[in-house]
Amino acid sequence: MRAIDEPTPFWRFVSYVLLGIWTFVVLFPLYWVGITAFKLPIDVNDGPFYLPGIDFQPALDAWQYLFGTMLGDTLRPYLNTVIVALCSSAIAVAFGTMAAYALVRLTYRPRVGAILGFVACVLLAILAVALAGVPWQVAVACGLALFALLLFGFGRRFKKALGNDDIAFWMVSQRILPPVTVVVPVYVVFQHLGLLDTRTALVITYVAVNIPIVVWLMRDFLSGIPLELEESAMIDGASRYRIFWSIVLPLSTPGLAATFILVLIMAWNEYLLALFLSSANSQTLPILIAAQNATRGPQWWSMSVLIIVMIVPVVLLAIALERFISRGLLIGAVKG
Amino acid sequence: MAVALAEPATAAGRQPFAGRGERLAPAVFILPAVLIVLAMSIFPLIVSLYLSLSRFKLAKGGFSVDFIGTLNFQKLLFGSQQFHLLGKLEPLSPVAWACVAIVGLAALWPAISGLRRGAGIAFLISRLVIAAGILAVAVLFGATASNDGQLGSLGVTLIYVFVGVAVQYLIGLGLAFLCAQKLAGRRFFRVVFFIPMMITPVGIAYTFRMLTDTTKGPFAPFWQMAGLGDFAWAATAWGARIAVMIGDAWQWIPFMFIVLLAALEAQPVDEIEAATVDGATRWQVFRYLTIPAILPVSVTLILIRMIEAFKIVDLPNVLTNGGPGIASESLTLHAFMAWRALDLGGSAAIAYILLFVVTFFCISFAALTRRVAPAS
Repeated sequence: MRAIDEPTPFWRFVSYVLLGIWTFVVLFPLYWVGITAFKLPIDVNDGPFYLPGIDFQPALDAWQYLFGTMLGDTLRPYLNTVIVALCSSAIAVAFGTMAAYALVRLTYRPRVGAILGFVACVLLAILAVALAGVPWQVAVACGLALFALLLFGFGRRFKKALGNDDIAFWMVSQRILPPVTVVVPVYVVFQHLGLLDTRTALVITYVAVNIPIVVWLMRDFLSGIPLELEESAMIDGASRYRIFWSIVLPLSTPGLAATFILVLIMAWNEYLLALFLSSANSQTLPILIAAQNATRGPQWWSMSVLIIVMIVPVVLLAIALERFISRGLLIGAVKG
Repeated sequence: MAVALAEPATAAGRQPFAGRGERLAPAVFILPAVLIVLAMSIFPLIVSLYLSLSRFKLAKGGFSVDFIGTLNFQKLLFGSQQFHLLGKLEPLSPVAWACVAIVGLAALWPAISGLRRGAGIAFLISRLVIAAGILAVAVLFGATASNDGQLGSLGVTLIYVFVGVAVQYLIGLGLAFLCAQKLAGRRFFRVVFFIPMMITPVGIAYTFRMLTDTTKGPFAPFWQMAGLGDFAWAATAWGARIAVMIGDAWQWIPFMFIVLLAALEAQPVDEIEAATVDGATRWQVFRYLTIPAILPVSVTLILIRMIEAFKIVDLPNVLTNGGPGIASESLTLHAFMAWRALDLGGSAAIAYILLFVVTFFCISFAALTRRVAPAS
């Protein structure tokens, strides 16, 4: 960490004032949530009280309510959030890193004709399910068979092919896709599969949403690993999988850590998809917090408790690993 | 899938042990990611397109989906739902026309300068398309700016994106400059400023609902002193929008800050020292060394934030519930409301319009800033 220049005393004073103001802007909302969690409803409703122990008596009622009376209803969403965030991030980082490695080190030449044929077959299958009422298993099987026929029958005629950069661009550009555009069909599919309101559905969806970020960040990280190491391993007869597992992964631990944390936080805080895909069983914490605005009006004290238990783990993680994360973000932003 | 046709060619040439597993390696590495992304975004996208062109009805023993062509889009763009998406449009006032004309001329500038440089026809067409898009946005705002006009969810989303991201960038940049100086306690400020990014937007929405409460919130005494005790943020259109933007800025300024700070610190210190020794003024150092160092990062950063900002939904939904009326409703929230009202076709149509708008603005931004951006 290098500082650019030494400020003059006057400028130093101004800087501290401005930084102090922003520190207040950042910390005061958190402080307010913190003390609201220890207020009784009457302390909230009778107007602003600022200092616990001086203008109001801190009470644990909200905590007792949420972790005593309503323990089951609080723990289940918490457990859901932990499981969904950890599983989806682990899978997304695993698949995304594999794809990123492949895009950096292997050569792909997918043919345009093959891709178009595949999409056409899928379209046919979807239309068959939607219009003709064909069971989806049959439609998928027929579509795949048709694609195989097309591929081996006509595949050789179309020579135009895409490269690695096209695949990477396609993958990363998935971030532009607003989730709301795809969530209704996803909802219908999960309903058909009987997966609606399960953690599995959320994990699958979050993996799909987060893979583009992983590919984007890890591609730049992996391309920085010296090729010579891999080449010498290859000459010694190591397989691709072995090289990936024992050479590439250990060398990219810092990048993996930064990416994992970023993806974890996104899955931890995700709201819209959980709103569509979960109701009672797989409810996550953001949904539970939003639900505290109940028929009796907003339960500020309960909300504050939930917000605290929700943000404390990620904030601690972020503080501990701030250096990692900012470097990971910079790599992404510089290489784009 | 097409990738199965990939040929395993590596920098080291043919592997000594090219067994079956080895030959399948390219597919094994990339297929899980490709298949999941295909299954979860491309196919639903196709289905969504079909949904947006059809009417969804609950029928006996389930539902029916009838193909109705572009009726959903017509209803949103010209028909009974126009007020919700585009807003209540009124004839433009002379002042509004003047503003639109100025914006239009500015939007045409890239095309004009391309013409003077003798750029190709494709370049000119792309710049004209971008200018047309910007002009359309200007007309939209001009038509909703009069007294009887009212912004729809499209205009509100554009305000969230452009005003929001601009404010976030500027404040983030200012903080990054402050923290890049040689000050005691820099590490403390860095970590503190970083925290809001980690907090769930739903939590932020409720926190700011508490803070903006003018009767029971922490700033209530100040509001009462200013004679605004009866003022409620969420009850006025602009109050609600600004509350949403403040919450969003509070969360995302840290992102801008942390990346810009890292970029500032990555500046070559030697160059700056050399320039200072050679007698460069502070301004020259800033103009010729600092700005080129942070410009490419800034462009990517703004693009990333733009993409994410278009998806805003949690804050308006929880903070203001899209209200008063539809005044703070973003496009995603609009689509969600339509879905909840079982208007699946309308919901898909709104989502498609959002997709179109995001893609248009992101590609335009990338095209207009290509000269300063890193190759992506």
